[in-house]
Amino acid sequence: MSTPTPDPTPQAVHSAVPSPQTGYRGTKVRRQRVRAAWMFLIPMLITLAMVAGWPLARTFYFSFTDASLSDTAGAAWIGIENYLVFDDGNWYGILTDPVWWQSVWNTLYFSVVSVSLEVIFGIIVALLLNAEFKGRMLVRAAVLIPWAIPTIVSAKMWAWMLNDQFGIINHLLMTLGLIDAPLAWTADASLSMWAVIMVDVWKTIPFVALLVLAALQMLPKDCFEAAEVDGIHPVKVFFRVTLPLITPALLVAVIFRLLDALRVFDVIYVLTSNSTNTMTMSIYARQQLVEFQDVGYGSAASTLLFLIIALVTILYLYLGRRQLGVDE
Amino acid sequence: MNRYQQINLAKQVGKWALIAVIMVYAIFPFYYAVITSLKPSSELFRVDYWLSSVDFGNYAQIFSQKSFVQAIGNSILVAISVVFIALLLGVTASYALGRVRFRGRTTVMLVVLGVSMFPQVAVLSGLFEVIRTLNLYNSPGGLILSYTIFTLPFTVWVLTTFMRQLPMELEEAAIMDGATPWVTLTRVFLPLMWPAMATTGLLAFIAAWNEFLFALTFTLTDSQRTVPVAIALISGGSQHELPWGPIMAASVTVTVPLVILVMIFQRRIVSGLTAGAVKG
Repeated sequence: MSTPTPDPTPQAVHSAVPSPQTGYRGTKVRRQRVRAAWMFLIPMLITLAMVAGWPLARTFYFSFTDASLSDTAGAAWIGIENYLVFDDGNWYGILTDPVWWQSVWNTLYFSVVSVSLEVIFGIIVALLLNAEFKGRMLVRAAVLIPWAIPTIVSAKMWAWMLNDQFGIINHLLMTLGLIDAPLAWTADASLSMWAVIMVDVWKTIPFVALLVLAALQMLPKDCFEAAEVDGIHPVKVFFRVTLPLITPALLVAVIFRLLDALRVFDVIYVLTSNSTNTMTMSIYARQQLVEFQDVGYGSAASTLLFLIIALVTILYLYLGRRQLGVDE
Repeated sequence: MNRYQQINLAKQVGKWALIAVIMVYAIFPFYYAVITSLKPSSELFRVDYWLSSVDFGNYAQIFSQKSFVQAIGNSILVAISVVFIALLLGVTASYALGRVRFRGRTTVMLVVLGVSMFPQVAVLSGLFEVIRTLNLYNSPGGLILSYTIFTLPFTVWVLTTFMRQLPMELEEAAIMDGATPWVTLTRVFLPLMWPAMATTGLLAFIAAWNEFLFALTFTLTDSQRTVPVAIALISGGSQHELPWGPIMAASVTVTVPLVILVMIFQRRIVSGLTAGAVKG
C-alpha cells in the first residue's frame, strides 16, 4: 500500500512522544520501548492476519479454481476460467454474465444516488442543528435514532410500512389522493431500487449530519459575523464561505459512505431478497458462494468487488493523508 | 408589525416547521413499529396512526419461542466477547502506535486502515474455510472471531488518536521512575483511557449486535442464530403472509436497548464517530 517510511510526521510525533534522550540510558530505554511496541502489536497483527489477510489470499486463490463449498481443499486450478473462457464457440465466465453486469450497474446506481441524497439532507440537518434553539439536544437525540436501529430492523420496519396491501405509505398517499392504486414498492421493478435507496438514506442521514456538524462547529465564528455585518445573503454565505470550509470533512464523509454503499448487502437482502432488479455485487457473490455452492465463481465476483473497493480506498488514503497532514 | 418583524416571524415559522418535519421523519418509522407490535392480530391490517388499546400478545408469542430467546442470548454473548477482545487487543496496539516511534509504524497504521475498508464478502470464502478448519462453524466462536475484522481496526484507530493526545509528561515521569512499557500502559494510561474505551466499546457492541452477513453465512441452526438473522428469517405460511406483528415485536425488543444506550451516551458516540471518521 505504501513504502515504509521511518517517520513521516516528525512534528506530530514530537508533540506526543517523549523526545529521544541522548546517551546510553536513552538508547536503552528506546530500544526497550520499540521491542515492547512490537510485543504489543503482535496479537493484533496475528488476529488481523487470521481474519483478514489469509482469508483474502484464499479468496483470490479460489477465484482461479473450481472449488465448491463442500470441498474447498480439493480445488483444482483452472486459471481464469471463472472470469472468462472461450469454449466451443462461446464465451463464458463472470465477465460475460449479464446478471453480473446488472449487479455492477445496480451497485453503482445505488451508491451514487443514495450517497448524494445523504450528503444533501445531511448538510441540511447539520445546518439546522448548528443553529441555536430551544430543545436542540432533544432534536439531536431524535435524529440519532435511525442510526441506532439495526439495519435488519430498519429494513423490516420499512418493508411493513411499504407493504403493498396494508402499508401505511400507500394508505397515506391514497388518502392524500397522490396515487389511485396501491404501489408494490418492493416488488415492482421500477420502484424497488428507490425503496431500497429510501431506507438507506433514512438510516444514514444521521451519520453524515453528525460529521458535517462536527466540521461546522470547528469553523471560526468571525468570518460569519463579518458576512452578517456586511449584509450578505445567507445563501451566498453558505455557498461562498461555509461549503468551501467544510469540503474536506465532506469528502471524508462521502468516501466513507461510498465504501459502505459499494459493499451493501443486508438492507437489500431483507427488502427485496435475491431479485435481480436490486441485486448488488455483494449479493451476487454471496448467492454464488453459498446458495449455488460455487466457491470458485463466487470468489471471482468477490475479487472483482475487492478491486473496485481497493481503488476507492487508495483514493481515500490519498485524501486522508493530506487531511492528516493539515490536521497535525 | 413592521416588515422586518414579519420576515423574522416567517423565518421562525419556517425553522420550526423544518425541525418538526425532521423529527417526524426520524422518529415515525420506529414509532409505527412500536404501535404495530402492540396491536392484536385482528387489528393488524387496519392502518392506525395511534394506539387505541395495548395488547402484548405479539411479545408473548416471540418470547415463548425458544429459538428467539436463544438468539438474544447468542447476540449478547457474541457482542460482549467481541467488545472485550477488540478493547484488549486495541489498547495494547494503540499504545504502540500512538506513543512509540519505530520503523514500520506508518505501514501498520495503513494496514489497519486498509482492513477496515474490506468488503466483508471479499473474505467470505476464505473465512468460511478458516472457521471450518478451527471447528467453529455454526457456533458463537466463529462469529466472535470473524467480527474482529471490522471492530478491531476501528478500535485501534480511534484509541490511537486518543493516545496521541495524552500529555507526554505523564510518560516521561513513568520512564524516569524506571517503569516498563507494560506498567506505563496499565498504571498510567489505562486509568485515563476509560472514556475513549467506553466510546469505542459501545460502537463495537453496536456493530457486532447489528451484523448480518457473517451471522447468516456462518451459522446453520436456529439455536446458533443471532437476533438480526432470527428476525430476517421469521416467516409465515408463504412469502405473502409474513407474521408482521411478531416481527415488529422482535424488532422493537432488540432495538430498545440500543436506542436507550445511544440516548445515554449520545455525546460519546458523536465524538467517537467523528474521531473515527474525520481524523481517519
